[in-house]
Amino acid sequence: MPKEILSNDVGKRIILLGNEAIVRGALESGVQFASTYPGTPASEIGDTFAGIAKEGGIYFEYSTNEKVASEAAAGAALSGIKSIVSFKQYGLNVASDSVMPLAYIGTNAGMVIAVADDPSCWSSGQSEQDSRYYARLAHLPMLEPSDPQECKDFVKIAFELSEKFMLPVFVRLTTRVSHTRGIVKLGKIIKSEKKGKFVKDFEKYFNLPPRIIERHEELLDKIERVGEFSEKTGINYVVNKNSKTKFGIVVSGVSFNYVMEAFDELKLKIPVLKLGLTYPLPEKMIKNFIKRFKSVLVVEELEPILEEKIHALAKEANPKLKIFGRELLPKAGEYTIETILTAISKITGKKPNINFKAHLEKYKKLKIPERQPLFCPGCPHRATFYATKVAAGKDTIFGGDIGCYLLGIYPPFETQDFVFDMGASEGLVHGIKKVSNQKVIAFIGDSTFFHAGIPGLINIVYNKSNPLVIVMDNRTTAMTGHQPHPGTGVTGMGEKAKEIAIEDVAKACGVEDVKVVDPFNLNEMVETIREFLQKDKVSVIVAKRECHLLATRRKRKEGVKIPVFEIDQEKCKKCGICLYRFACPAIVEENGKFKIDKSICWGCGVCAQMCPAKAIHGVKE
Amino acid sequence: MKEYNLVIVGVGGQGILTLSSIVAEAALAEGYDVKTSEIHGLSQRYGHVPCHVRFGSRMYSPLVREGEANLIVCLEVLEALRACYYGSKENKTTFLIDTFKVPPLSVSITKQKYPSIKKIVSEVKKFSTKVLTVNASEMVEKETGSTVMTNTYIVGYASAKKLIPLKKKSLLEGIKKVVPEEYFDINKRIFELASA
Repeated sequence: MPKEILSNDVGKRIILLGNEAIVRGALESGVQFASTYPGTPASEIGDTFAGIAKEGGIYFEYSTNEKVASEAAAGAALSGIKSIVSFKQYGLNVASDSVMPLAYIGTNAGMVIAVADDPSCWSSGQSEQDSRYYARLAHLPMLEPSDPQECKDFVKIAFELSEKFMLPVFVRLTTRVSHTRGIVKLGKIIKSEKKGKFVKDFEKYFNLPPRIIERHEELLDKIERVGEFSEKTGINYVVNKNSKTKFGIVVSGVSFNYVMEAFDELKLKIPVLKLGLTYPLPEKMIKNFIKRFKSVLVVEELEPILEEKIHALAKEANPKLKIFGRELLPKAGEYTIETILTAISKITGKKPNINFKAHLEKYKKLKIPERQPLFCPGCPHRATFYATKVAAGKDTIFGGDIGCYLLGIYPPFETQDFVFDMGASEGLVHGIKKVSNQKVIAFIGDSTFFHAGIPGLINIVYNKSNPLVIVMDNRTTAMTGHQPHPGTGVTGMGEKAKEIAIEDVAKACGVEDVKVVDPFNLNEMVETIREFLQKDKVSVIVAKRECHLLATRRKRKEGVKIPVFEIDQEKCKKCGICLYRFACPAIVEENGKFKIDKSICWGCGVCAQMCPAKAIHGVKE
Repeated sequence: MKEYNLVIVGVGGQGILTLSSIVAEAALAEGYDVKTSEIHGLSQRYGHVPCHVRFGSRMYSPLVREGEANLIVCLEVLEALRACYYGSKENKTTFLIDTFKVPPLSVSITKQKYPSIKKIVSEVKKFSTKVLTVNASEMVEKETGSTVMTNTYIVGYASAKKLIPLKKKSLLEGIKKVVPEEYFDINKRIFELASA
């Protein structure tokens, strides 16, 4: 996090990550409350708040999940305090349950919902969800910045809009906006000491029929008025206004940058309607823009939302207009300057200086061994998965979940037979158990357990199935950047809190066989998995061991020496188990010999426990 | 200068983001517009990590496009091959490759072959006009006992060979801004070592 994010040097230009600029925008809007559940590509929004909350005089929390985070932010906004909540695209699915009714009720202070989509799934798996549909579903305004400066500016506009209409406002990001660094000009930070107060108001909060139908109408009316704002706001504007071409472009989000680069390369000056406030759309402005052209290209990543709308608007404004979009641009995956250049080049006949196709053909001829992401050396998950493979039969079904441990999907482990969404391992294995006689294990992370694992576990107990649930408790939310969670005993403000033990929660949910096992104790883990797989009721193993990255950081600080292991070449029988079945990056094969790379070995010693020849031992200093 | 396009590749955990921030801060110090694009999350764990840095009079896209790179810095040899996407003879791309190897699991487990450095360089030449190799990690490990500051060494080396059109002073300023204060002196020493 840049040191200058709290600087009050107005007008100073500093480099910020898109996500950091979101935080700066909130600070310049007088935000007092921020909440999140970590999820990349949005994670750095929360982490930046965590870094500055105390000094910046605001409240920040890592909530247990996105629904709770939204509700907390809504509670603050209903009490008159400006709030912001952030999460990744799937987070909005979780939060949507509370966002939908909030739209009807409205807020009593500015509230911004920052949601980050991930076209091409750079930071996540599962799906390329387009969250722009949520704006339409909830009838809430949505702004789409295209770079860090706009991230900051648009959050400020979103707060103004929110206060004006007393509605939560979406700021929708994508990976290439969230994870772009760029120059941001600082404005003034507004600090507020305001104390919140919730005022009872039957009229406002009564949301049962028939009143709720009226409320729906009121919301639609509000959105119509936001539409009028959309026509006038400076964030919907035309570039190259005076160009007389018969071809124009309509664009939103990060793609605007690719369009401008393409013009540079092709030496073109084509009118562009850049849309920053994309719901509700400025329909008059769009009609006015498209009426002079023979053709337009609609540039938006993922779903054809703008394109369909422009088709509808053109029927009235310019029925003969040829509308290009899907047919020239990829339907799935993020856009790049290459895809945009190719599309514009097809329409205008102008050629870029490199023949992309020929270049790509040449590139594809290169033989490059794949490099998949891996568990770090010393990762407790690797040890748990190794033990699972030893203990469980080949036919055991492994339910996967969201976190670093989903890397178990790859060989040699293949211990994530499916990966759906947060907490899904338990729900799915329950269903499998109910209809089959298969042995099943659900793997779920510690933070994921608090997020969505508890209802799933109670369901298993109450509706009586007998999977083994292994909670991969590495004492942190590792994948998204080591955020704390209720099991760690630290809050987003960096304060101590009650540490909630997963084993206690499991017992309280009604699970009788619960055992905490250290993954680095290979024999105990193997034996416990074997024993628990035979149970006729659900059982839980808490595989508890701190993430090695955190442990190492801590040990270095404390000056604790990290042991290093080596392979005794005379004893080694070259069976290769340590490499082929354990897959630790620190173990390498060189000219038929297995060796440990001491520079990356973190001394977990698990390989030494599994070596049948007892050839691996700690290095004596 | 209209624009300068840098791509930095390597394996998650090699300090690629730090390197890109150093160059970005140096570019800002010289009054350029600058954009970078980074990859966070899943792929950070020993995966392939590409990072883009672009600076010039007015930068829109944070991404370097196919064949457009001026310089491609590779902190791992094999990743130089993957980065060929961004290099071309047309744009006179230079490759700066640390001869450090991190064999991927596909090599250790499925016995795919890790190509020889000679082979990699000969392939990379088809996508560039200049290829420099340097055993930066080895030098840094010898000097400091770990490879952590290899990225700083690479910046120093690129600066000394005039591969990045930014002043040495600005790059050092970038380092000062990006690395924790207590590590500035040692980073400066590594930077100077590379320029020697």
